[in-house]
Amino acid sequence: MKWWHSKKRDADLERELRSDLELEEEEQRESGASPEEARYAARRAFGNAALIREQTRAVWSWNRLEAFLRDLRYGVRTLRRTPGFTVMAVVVIALGIGANVALFTVVHGVLLKPLPYRDPDRLVLMYENDTDHPHPMPWLPVDAGSFWEWQRAEQSVAQMAMVSPFQGYIVSSEAGKLPEQIDAAWCTGNFFSLLGVQPILGRSFTSEDDKPGATATAVLSSSFWKRRYGADPAIVGKTVMLDAKPYTIIGVLPSSFTYSGAFGGSTVQVWTPVRHEAPTWLMQTYGDHEFLVVARLAPGVTLAALESRLIALQKQIKAEHPQPAVHPGAIGRTMLDDAVHNYKTPLYALLAATGCVLLIACMNVAGLLVARAASRNKELAIRAALGGGRLRLMRERLIESLLLSVAGGALGLLLAWGALSWLIHMRSDMNRVEAIQFDGVVAAFTVGILLLCALFSGLISAASAGAKNVLTGLQEGSRSHSAGTARAVLRRVLLTVEVGLTVVLLVGAGLLLKSFQRLRSADIGVPVDNVLTMRLALPETRYGEPAKKIAFFEQLIAGVRALPGVSAAGLVNSAPGEGWAGDTNFSIVEHPPLPTGQGLDFMLRGAEPGYFSAIGLPLLKGRIFRQDERQEHANVVLISRGAAQEFFPGEDPIGKHIKDIGGNGVWEVIGVVGDVRWSIAQPPMPTLYWPLYGNGYSVATIVIRSPHDVESLAVPVQKVLGRLDPELPVWGVMTLREAIGKSTVDSEFDSILVLGFAVIALVLAAAGLYGVLSYLVTQRTGEIGIRIALGAKRTQLLRLVLLDGLRPAIVGMLIGLPASAAVVRLIRSMLYETQPFDFGVFAAVMGVFLLVAIAACMVPAWQAARLDPMQALRNE
Amino acid sequence: MSSMTKQKETKRAQAKQAQQRSAVLQGTLDMLILRTLLYGPAHGHQIGKHIQRTTNDFLQMQHGSLYPALHRLEERGWVSAKWETAPDKNREFKYYRLTDEGKKQLVVEESQWKQMAEAVARVMWPAAEES
Repeated sequence: MKWWHSKKRDADLERELRSDLELEEEEQRESGASPEEARYAARRAFGNAALIREQTRAVWSWNRLEAFLRDLRYGVRTLRRTPGFTVMAVVVIALGIGANVALFTVVHGVLLKPLPYRDPDRLVLMYENDTDHPHPMPWLPVDAGSFWEWQRAEQSVAQMAMVSPFQGYIVSSEAGKLPEQIDAAWCTGNFFSLLGVQPILGRSFTSEDDKPGATATAVLSSSFWKRRYGADPAIVGKTVMLDAKPYTIIGVLPSSFTYSGAFGGSTVQVWTPVRHEAPTWLMQTYGDHEFLVVARLAPGVTLAALESRLIALQKQIKAEHPQPAVHPGAIGRTMLDDAVHNYKTPLYALLAATGCVLLIACMNVAGLLVARAASRNKELAIRAALGGGRLRLMRERLIESLLLSVAGGALGLLLAWGALSWLIHMRSDMNRVEAIQFDGVVAAFTVGILLLCALFSGLISAASAGAKNVLTGLQEGSRSHSAGTARAVLRRVLLTVEVGLTVVLLVGAGLLLKSFQRLRSADIGVPVDNVLTMRLALPETRYGEPAKKIAFFEQLIAGVRALPGVSAAGLVNSAPGEGWAGDTNFSIVEHPPLPTGQGLDFMLRGAEPGYFSAIGLPLLKGRIFRQDERQEHANVVLISRGAAQEFFPGEDPIGKHIKDIGGNGVWEVIGVVGDVRWSIAQPPMPTLYWPLYGNGYSVATIVIRSPHDVESLAVPVQKVLGRLDPELPVWGVMTLREAIGKSTVDSEFDSILVLGFAVIALVLAAAGLYGVLSYLVTQRTGEIGIRIALGAKRTQLLRLVLLDGLRPAIVGMLIGLPASAAVVRLIRSMLYETQPFDFGVFAAVMGVFLLVAIAACMVPAWQAARLDPMQALRNE
Repeated sequence: MSSMTKQKETKRAQAKQAQQRSAVLQGTLDMLILRTLLYGPAHGHQIGKHIQRTTNDFLQMQHGSLYPALHRLEERGWVSAKWETAPDKNREFKYYRLTDEGKKQLVVEESQWKQMAEAVARVMWPAAEES
């Protein structure tokens, strides 16, 4: 029988019952009863018609669906009767589900989805490992000299390609398009074929393109092709001017292609063949580490096997080339790991935090359902006594929680959608952010947690109702002194767990916040306010001779200094916080020679004399460069305080000489300046400054200081530059404060999100505490009334109720604190200068939590203490 | 007054033991209906009256409770139902008749019941068994 027959079948049953009832009535009348008596007698003999109808229907096989729909209707009706409860529960679930779906979508897109290459499981990234360095430094880029040896020696176990995603070009202005600076990558001819990426237009590189004498070729990223060339379908074969040199465009990559590794690369717009682009010495050296190595493992070869072979090989290379910059070890990881390594811990930590929030949300809803079941105790007992099946009642509870979960889930999806767009916007710097999308897996996850949520909260409340005997339910209903204690126990247990989780979240949030605050207040070494920086690069084609570069830089900085509002300006090849930008090994002439293969590692900066006052770097000793110390007279250096302490302990570095290892240059130390950080999160490195004029620099950062509103100087400075050379674009225009903010964005993001989750958890826990306690107080109104009538003091009562409410809070806290101590070790890598067991944070969490708990318990306790005994007893 | 109290008690007892009770009754009721229909087609009211009368009002059921059983038997294919005009009235009633399946089922249930009754009897009246 199909469900659409139900109407007909219903009518049929109705007719059958009516005809038989009429017959019974007739018979009663025939035996001499009055019509009215006959009707009643017939009804009596017949029984409860409604029940019969229902029982008969229960026999029909489509009944399940109908019963489900009926329960659904019933559920909706009950939920609508208590809109306050419903709205609260739906919002609580929506928060939990929304946060989880959003975070899971990110985790799935970024961490779990395979990379968009052929057989991505077999792709690995190989690095050099400086095992001899006093501070262990794994994951170092590779030099071309080592790479060629790796490629040759390991042909049988892996194909290898080399890529350098740190490059850049200036695209010349053309036909109404402005000149611009773009990120670019050099790669070997086999790079794209090794990844298994086919261009959507044209072809990728071959070994013929990857030669010093070949025609200059370039492959464009899809976004660059669309943006600059309006997705011109006839682009292949056309010419693009990069650094004022013509390159033939041979292909366009698919939009799904991105290369994003631990060293960046997702912003690369143009790819060029490395052997054509890089200078010959760079292709041969073992000492300059400019490349990343992608390897495709041959079938049956493991990453560990390749790693151990490369370690042996690299040891041999170090023995043959015993310079300090040659590294004796190798290390590798899968390409996916390489891309997302930095996001793994934070994302999983955030996902765990949202999981906690969802668990707390479920427990809160379960608590609310239990409380509601308690208040409906009598109704349920009566229904059970009237023959309502226990299973049926239980099913009702489950459907109720399912309804709440579905409504909450729908709202949660909206929240998740909003959260995701915000998140992608906030973290557009994150690798693989483009892989984040709402797909089937995420949909399945959503449905899964939704059902889990419904089952969890429904079963808890159903279990609490099912445990009750009907008779006790009816009896308890009539005497309310000790009522509902069993249910309160369940709710207390739930609360304790909830409190424990909340404490863990609070501790995590506290640590991350403290770490973020430390990071924000970290001293980069110079005053950060009212400093503007922007970068520019001089193309070799037009500024090949050193004198031309110097002349341009001098005119530029003089023009900038002449601008109204500029109090100081200077040039440097890389400003504080702008990144690593290169280091070199030196030795000190006046010191005994270093053992072979060792050197003093200095971070290297080229500075113009005005830079130090412009950036605000204090001169501690000696003097700054003179204007005439340039080109052949550029044999002077300044060193940082850290370098003076580390390399010249107990002596005056002024007048000493340093010598580059493997070269003939000798420089005199003329001064000592303060320490600065190359990255806000990293300690300062020993640094060496030498004149920008005369060391071949063609890329520079302009540093501009102004007493106020330094941002407003960006356009005037660019106009000065435009007057000197309209073909030169600038990039990275931002204040020093913005630059620092950018590098702390992930710390900020993590700490704010976890704090948000912790606050939600805290509010939920407080609501839970309040709910349980006010429920208990209501249940014990009679008992409290008697106590007051018998002379109990109000303060005593206040304390009694307060302690009653605080007990789960305190027990939960005692569980939560050691749990957090275990959990926070997992986020150690996310913390900056903050110990996982930070006493201040733990104490603050305890304090905040106790305050909130007391506040939540105070209201019901106060109400209990102020009860009028007469009224309380009369309420019976 | 007293009947009301009685009813209340019955209800409570019913609620408490509804499960076991209905199982016993249900099986028996099915058999009684099938046996009644062996005489020929009958509508619900006739079946109820027949069972009541034959047992000398011992099994005094609210014969409304027959309908779930009748529909269950129909669902299982042991009886078939059809609206027919009653011979002595000019009205239609829903007549149930035994199917072949139903006849087989009646044999099965009868033998089961017999076994059960004998077993119960042996426990209850062992002396009778001996003599």
